[in-house]
Amino acid sequence: MLGAASWSPLFEPGFFSSEPVHVALVVGAIAAIVSGTVGVFTVIRGQSFAGHALSDIGTAGGSAAFLVGASTIYGFVAFNVVAAAVMELIGLRKPRGRDLATGIVLGASLGLAALFLYEDTISSSTTGATVNVLFGSIFTLPSGITTVMTVLGVASVALIVVLYRPLLLSSVSYDLAAARGVPVRLVGGGYLLALALAVSMSAVTIGAILSTALLIGPAAVALRLATRTGVAILIAAAVGVFACWAGTLIAYDSTVWAGGNGWPVSFCIVAVIFVFYFASGIVSRLRTDRRRVATRDRPKAPTPVEVA
Amino acid sequence: MFASFMINAWEAATIVAIVAGVVGFFTVLRGAAFAAHALPNGAFAGAAGAFLIGANTIVGLGVFSLAGAGMIAGLGRRARSDVATALTIVLMLAFGDLFLSRTSEYAPEIFALLFGEVLGVSTSKLGPTMVIAAVCLVAIAILYRPLMLSSVSPDVAQARGINPRVMDLAFLGVLALVTTMAVPVVGSLLIFSLLIGPSAAARSFTNRPAVAIGLSVLFALLTVWVAIAVSYETNLPIGFFVGAISAFAYTVGRVWAAWQQTRGRRRNGAGHRAVLADRPDLADQATASPAG
Repeated sequence: MLGAASWSPLFEPGFFSSEPVHVALVVGAIAAIVSGTVGVFTVIRGQSFAGHALSDIGTAGGSAAFLVGASTIYGFVAFNVVAAAVMELIGLRKPRGRDLATGIVLGASLGLAALFLYEDTISSSTTGATVNVLFGSIFTLPSGITTVMTVLGVASVALIVVLYRPLLLSSVSYDLAAARGVPVRLVGGGYLLALALAVSMSAVTIGAILSTALLIGPAAVALRLATRTGVAILIAAAVGVFACWAGTLIAYDSTVWAGGNGWPVSFCIVAVIFVFYFASGIVSRLRTDRRRVATRDRPKAPTPVEVA
Repeated sequence: MFASFMINAWEAATIVAIVAGVVGFFTVLRGAAFAAHALPNGAFAGAAGAFLIGANTIVGLGVFSLAGAGMIAGLGRRARSDVATALTIVLMLAFGDLFLSRTSEYAPEIFALLFGEVLGVSTSKLGPTMVIAAVCLVAIAILYRPLMLSSVSPDVAQARGINPRVMDLAFLGVLALVTTMAVPVVGSLLIFSLLIGPSAAARSFTNRPAVAIGLSVLFALLTVWVAIAVSYETNLPIGFFVGAISAFAYTVGRVWAAWQQTRGRRRNGAGHRAVLADRPDLADQATASPAG
């Protein structure tokens, strides 16, 4: 493609002038920053299941909204906030019990989704709604969506900022936080609300797959590299934004080598995130090896246990 | 309701419910609800891929769900299991999206794989379902003791030479087989609800594993039978009723367990006080040693 020479051979012509690409880049970046911030706590707290489940639970709300002719995103937000409240109410402290509570809420919501989607299919006699609600596509967004999602994203990040210190303490050590007088249930509930808002926002715009991918992937990468939570959040947001943009570019370019029918954006972004995940694994392994060697070479090794 | 075209549905649902009741007990015991959601949900990628290259759906589902099980266990070595599971389901779904984008004909089938088409089960699907169901039950029977021990007390299991990673992989392998068996006949949503709802309820009623497994199978059977009957009468999707009944069973179980607990506490507390009232000389000892 010689026409692209003015930019670089990386970018196929039209990438920078295409309106859907602009929207995709902006929406992807907002979703990645919010998901990265919330996701670091999701990974620390071990609530990946809840994070993923909310993107599926929202499907029930989305299909219900589709049925009554309302905007999908309001259905998503309403269902997710209610689901988060129910999960918190069932609120079992042990991870296994929490896992189960999430599963039961997810199962019931998917049942409702089956009902609403079935009604949708009858009323509009197309299965397109199913695929659309379930997968979404970053390239087919209405341009007004950015305002709604910015509001949701800012609300979610603001909650995290307000709760930051007690949330961090109660995520790392529930008992210690409780002993210090942190209202752990309230903080946990507030965090779930932030998670519900963030997931609704991302699931509706970029689809359920990417919602979970951007929530967990960059955060898992960041927590392998950083020891400080603040730094981890920055790395997670940066990795998420880079993955979104690189993935969008690959998907856009792929129309050339895939013969007009390009690769899906979600697949490309997930692929980039996995490259980061494996690279971060290698980096953290090298770092522990080096630290081990450094400890061993120190003139007075502290204890044999530490070296081992 | 019992017309000849419905017989396959009843048979398939019954087989799936029995296996789901047994495997579901261990799913709940191990806290593996996320994996029980991820494998059936992500395995549709295998079905879509099989469709692309013209292979058998069950083979595609089997290959992908076993690969997913391996990936959860493999990533789980260096990351927490919920993170490993989340990354696995994301990758599986992304491949599914890629395969779907290569063809325009397959999309409607996705609805069937997600939400099931138990009323449309053909006799040719029943054979593989029965065979895989039998394999699952035999595998659980063989693994029963080590799996139980490693689920309840991983440390004791390890001290006795049971490798927790091997057990994890073995159990995920069984979940992958359940996925392969159930997804083509009842769909991924339904098998997930059946794996956790009835067994979670069963555990609230008893502490004895064998009884809990029996109750779990019973609840799973009741759930699918009622769901099929009501769905047949109302013409609404089965998945909705299975999800609703499962959630209801879990709620009843939790309420029952909470009621038992408060009743037990009240009885114990009252008994304790009565004893102390009779024997004031024992009061000091009782407060000193919690054994009394």
